Order: sequence, then C-alpha cells, then structure tokens
Amino acid sequence: MSLDTSSRTFPQQVRVARTDANLQQALGKLKFGLTAMRGAAVAKLPEFEQLRHDAAAIRDHTLNHLDHYLLRFEAAVKAHGGHVHFAPDAAAANAIILEICRSVDARKVTKGKSMVTEEIELNAHLEAHGITCLETDLGEYIVQLRKERPSHIVAPAIHVLKEQVAETFAAHHGAAPPGGRGEAAALMAEARSVIRRHFLEADVGITGANFAIAETGTTVIVTNEGNGDLTQSLPKVHIAVTGIEKIVPTLEDASTLIRLLSRSATGQEASVYNTFSTGPRRPEDPDGPEAFHVVLVDNGRSRMLGSVFQDMLRCIRCGACLNHCPVYGQVGGQAYGSVYPGPMGAVLTPSLAGIEAAGHLPNASTFCGACEAVCPVRIPLPKLMRHWREREFDAGLSPRGARFGLALWSFAARRPRLYRLVSRVGASVLALIGGRRGYLAKLPLGRGWTAWRDLPAPAGETFQAAYRRRRRTGAD
Amino acid sequence: MSRRRVGLLVTCLVDFFRPQVGFASIRLLEAAGCDVRVPEVQTCCGQPGWNSGDRGSAQALALGIIDAFAGFDAVVAPSGSCIGMLRQYPAVLGESHPRHADAVALAGRCHELTSFLVDELGYRAGLKAESGDGPVTYHDGCSGLRELGVRDQPRTLLAEAGVGICEMDGATVCCGFGGTFCVKYPEISGAMVDDKVASIERSGASTVVAGDLGCLLNIEARLARLGKPIRVRHVAEVLGGVEDSAEQRS
Repeated sequence: MSLDTSSRTFPQQVRVARTDANLQQALGKLKFGLTAMRGAAVAKLPEFEQLRHDAAAIRDHTLNHLDHYLLRFEAAVKAHGGHVHFAPDAAAANAIILEICRSVDARKVTKGKSMVTEEIELNAHLEAHGITCLETDLGEYIVQLRKERPSHIVAPAIHVLKEQVAETFAAHHGAAPPGGRGEAAALMAEARSVIRRHFLEADVGITGANFAIAETGTTVIVTNEGNGDLTQSLPKVHIAVTGIEKIVPTLEDASTLIRLLSRSATGQEASVYNTFSTGPRRPEDPDGPEAFHVVLVDNGRSRMLGSVFQDMLRCIRCGACLNHCPVYGQVGGQAYGSVYPGPMGAVLTPSLAGIEAAGHLPNASTFCGACEAVCPVRIPLPKLMRHWREREFDAGLSPRGARFGLALWSFAARRPRLYRLVSRVGASVLALIGGRRGYLAKLPLGRGWTAWRDLPAPAGETFQAAYRRRRRTGAD
Repeated sequence: MSRRRVGLLVTCLVDFFRPQVGFASIRLLEAAGCDVRVPEVQTCCGQPGWNSGDRGSAQALALGIIDAFAGFDAVVAPSGSCIGMLRQYPAVLGESHPRHADAVALAGRCHELTSFLVDELGYRAGLKAESGDGPVTYHDGCSGLRELGVRDQPRTLLAEAGVGICEMDGATVCCGFGGTFCVKYPEISGAMVDDKVASIERSGASTVVAGDLGCLLNIEARLARLGKPIRVRHVAEVLGGVEDSAEQRS
C-alpha cells in the first residue's frame, strides 16, 4: 500500500503516550490554546457557516471534475514556463524529485513544511542518495533533529515542550547563544540563525502547496514563519509537492478556502504569509527560482474518487479536527502511528495504507462528532470512520472477541422474548452481586470496563418486567 | 385535539440498569398530555451493531423497531443517542431497501424526551423536581447535542422546575463512553472520563445531570471507583420527581 504506518500497535503507543508526562503537559496546552483561538475567530465572522457551505461546494465540484482541472492546471503551469509531474505513488514521486535534484547536481535541499513529503518519506529517499535535506519550518526542524515524525499536521512539534527543544538544540548546536535557551523566542532566534545560512547554500527548495489553482497554474503556501518563501525563492530550483486533490478552479475559490483555513487552523484572520507562485523567475523579476516544478502525488487518492470516501478529499489540512478531538487530546499524534493522525487521519490513513494496517484508527473514536462540527469543509468524519468499520467487519478483520460479543448480542436482540428473559435474569443476578453498595468492582470478561470503573448495579427488575407487573396489578 | 399517542422507546440501558428513568419519562409525558404506550417487543435500537460495522444486525434491529412503533404519532426516548440512531435508519437500510420509506417516516417522528416536551409540546410546567440539595451541573451528551441540537431544552425544563444549574467547563466535551469504545480503548476512555469528573468537580455542583444513560453510567462508574460523593441523575428522574436510585436501594 501507499503509506507506511505503525498503526497496528496503536494500543501500545497509547500506553506510552498516557505515561509520558512531557507529552501530557504539552497536550494540556492544546486543549485551551488552538480551540479557543478558533472559537474567537469564528465568532467574529458572521458568514463563517456560509463560507463552510461554499467551501464544501467548491471542493465537491473540483473533485467531481478533477481530471479536467488537473489538465487545466498543467497547461497553465506550462504556459508560465513551469513543469508538472504526475506521480502515481510515493516511489514515483520520490524518483521524480530525485531526478530533478540530480539534474542540477544538488547537494543540499531546504524544505518548507509539507505533509505530502512526510507521507512519501522524501527526506529519507534523498538522504539515501547523498542529498542533505533541511527542514526550515521551526516545528519540522525540531522534529527532524529529534528523528521523530510530526505529531500534528499544522503544528508538527506540538508534542515537544520548550525545555525539550532546548535540550535538542544543545545536543545539535553546541553552546547556547547569548540569549540563552530559556525562552521560546530565544529558541526561535537560535533556530533562525542556524537555518538562515542553509537557505543561501541550498540548490533546491521544496515546499508543499495548500492549493494549486487551475486557472492560473499557481501554487499557494499559507505560512507564518516566512521560511517557505525563502525556501522557494532563494535556490535555483523550486519544487512544489502536493496531492492531486489540492486543485482549486480559480483564484476566487482559493481565497474563499484561505479565509476558512487560517481561522480553522490557528484562529488567525489571515496567516502571516499567503504566497502565490506562478512559474519560474521572469526576466523582469528581481528574484525567484530559475526552474519551477510541481509534483502532483496520487498515492491512493484516485482510488477514493467515486467511493464512499470521496468526501475525505475535500480536506484542506487545517488540523481543527485534531485540536477538537478528545481522543487526540489524550494521546497526541504519534500514538496513531501515521503522519495523518486524529479524525482526518482515522479516515485518510486506512484509505492510503489499507484497513488491515490501520484498523485501530477509525475504531478509536467515540463518534462524539466534535470533528465534524468544526470541519471547515464539512467532512462527515464519524460517518466515514463508520464506513471503515463496516469494511473491516465485512472483511472479517475485526478482533475475534469483539465479533463474538457482537454476534451474541445480535442473536439475543433479534429475539425479544429471549432478550427479555436474559436481561431479566442478568439484572437480578447483578443486583444481587452489587448488594447494598450497589456497585460491582469486578466483572467476568469486563476488564475493559472495570480497569477504570465500577459497574453501577441494575435495580434488579427490568423496566419491561416492572411495567408489565404494574399494569397487571393496576399500580402507578 | 385528541391526545397524542406516544410510543416510549425505553432504551436497553434504561430497561436493564435504571427502570425508574422509564417510569419518570412516562410521568412527564402523561403530565404533558400524552397517551403513552410501551411496546413490549422493543429490544435495542441497533447502535452497537451499526457502530461496529455490522450493518446486517443493525438492519434487523431497525426493522424490529420500525414495526414495534408503527401507528404511534410520535416515538420518544430518554436518550439523544438512541434517537440519533433512529434518525439514521434510512441510511442503515439504504435507499433501495423496500422498507426505506418506513424508516424515513419513523426518523421524522422520533424525538429525544426533553426536546419533545419543549419543542413539540411547548411543555414548561415541570412536576415537582427532585434534585436533592444544591444546584446541579448538566453534561451534554454528544449525540443529543450535535446530532439533534439538544442543549437548551433540558436546561429550560430544569430552570422551570426550580433547579439551579452551575455550568461546568467543557460541558459539551465527550465523557469517553462511546459504546463499545469504552471497553475497546479503556485507557483513552478512562482518561476522558477523568477529565469529565474534574470538570464536574470544578463546577461545584453536588449532582451531575444528563439526558443519556450511557454517559451517566460511565460517569457514575468512575465516580464510584474514585469514591467521590457526587450524585448522578438522568434529567427525567430529576424532572419526574423520582427519588435517587441509591436511596431506593438502601
């Protein structure tokens, strides 16, 4: 399949995450930071719901005519002197990018933040062929130094405390700069001074693209640090790598989506940099790359078109579903074992990596619906997770214990007389065991419940039994 | 106008664990002028199957509920979660199913208890509330809140009945029950219910009230394990003037 994950061992990773005090402290900040900022930004924009409606319509229209808009985009990029490459899978994308790097004898590549290059594991591929890759987004840089995967699609190092960043910088940069390493601002300044010289040395700059505009052949990056702009304008070659679904028809459409993206992601009315790249440097331009390439990666996405999972391709990667997800809030991104964690990852990861590899992710949800409630393009995430559970069940991949329990329940629930008998007996037995305290601390086969909780004992007589009895005796 | 014929969907959890929520629901509906019946053949709405990917079981149970509640003007349950499930029956059966139209009809006339009382009947005058001492805090169950828009209705009824509410922070955050989720991922579920317990404690209320027994059992179970003396009540029990279950037992 198209995406490498360690999602099979999700339960073990959950245990690690729950006992990691640093991670838990970092996650505690998430709950009140990004969600509150989004809430405030949404409250200030009366037309936010209308924008969500419009954005979903734009994305649906594009996906329903994706072939058309991909070809229009390609033609427009070419008309401006750029190149478009279609990569059917991760290996093809990596090969295309390596080839472009080799064509200019590249030794060093700087990178802006790009989840698709994380998905295809581009850095490892280039490094294996002797090309140094340097992440220039602060969060990505921290994660790269720590040899970790991003834990959040917008804030890659949100799981790392600033004290840990100081330790990481000490290990890699040596002696502390004059400003010390106590404050976040000092750490940022230190990273900037280290990274800046690499911009000047890099032969190729690789960025993602939040959107690719078909009518103009433009790629767009929405950022806050300015590193993406330096990445794509200083080196001789700019490669923008993105998924085939990131196409939007027009500049107007892109601006509608950007209004939603920044507010949904970070609660900003607008991100600091919204940079539009159209073709390589023209003779009259003061700066810019000599060559402009766009690599459009499929890697399993076209399989989703026309399927029940097509709505997932509307995603604009704002991360709001992660920020509002109570499960993500307890375990962080790395437990998911995929570069796409949280609710969006619970749908997208099985789509790209297969349900056999990622079955835990769509199951690890209470279907509370907080994700769908905040999604700027109204993706019905719980419904799509349920579709994955259905695929898993139909393929016989659900755990045997769960299937057995479900079969027993279903057998009884389909037979009202049997069901009444079983529940009548069960309720009185449990009431008896519960005794005066009214709670059971242990249950046969019930460890999942009783590891954390007691079981409130039933009253003893089921409602149905009591109701029939009262009607017979005329009571109540 | 003749009295509304209301079928009460008791829900499997109320039937098994807390029958008095069912009796309190009947009292409330009758006080609001409804003719309430409880079909005997109802078992479960099918949500465990549907959410576990077992469409076949969910369909079988959906058809059972559709048949059991044919002929009522309205179907009411003391649960946002189960009514949320009934509203999904058209999707459970699928458009090509011969009973799809029946599923659509049921989905259109089924209601969560407090929203039925307030939105459909315009009922305000609650019975004598039994909330024990002090104000309560209200936990919004996810399905009721986000699928059915139940938020103000229970608060309106509680206020009318003279019950004070101290809102907790994160009242709309999931308690971690999630049906089979709580036994499949106990560490995550346990951490979520711990956060909920902390929110309840910060509210200062001595009683937590909600409209879904799934949430309530989960919260009560964790409170019991931690030995915390906070009472856990279904909104129907409070409004219907039913004594606390623990007091009944002792």
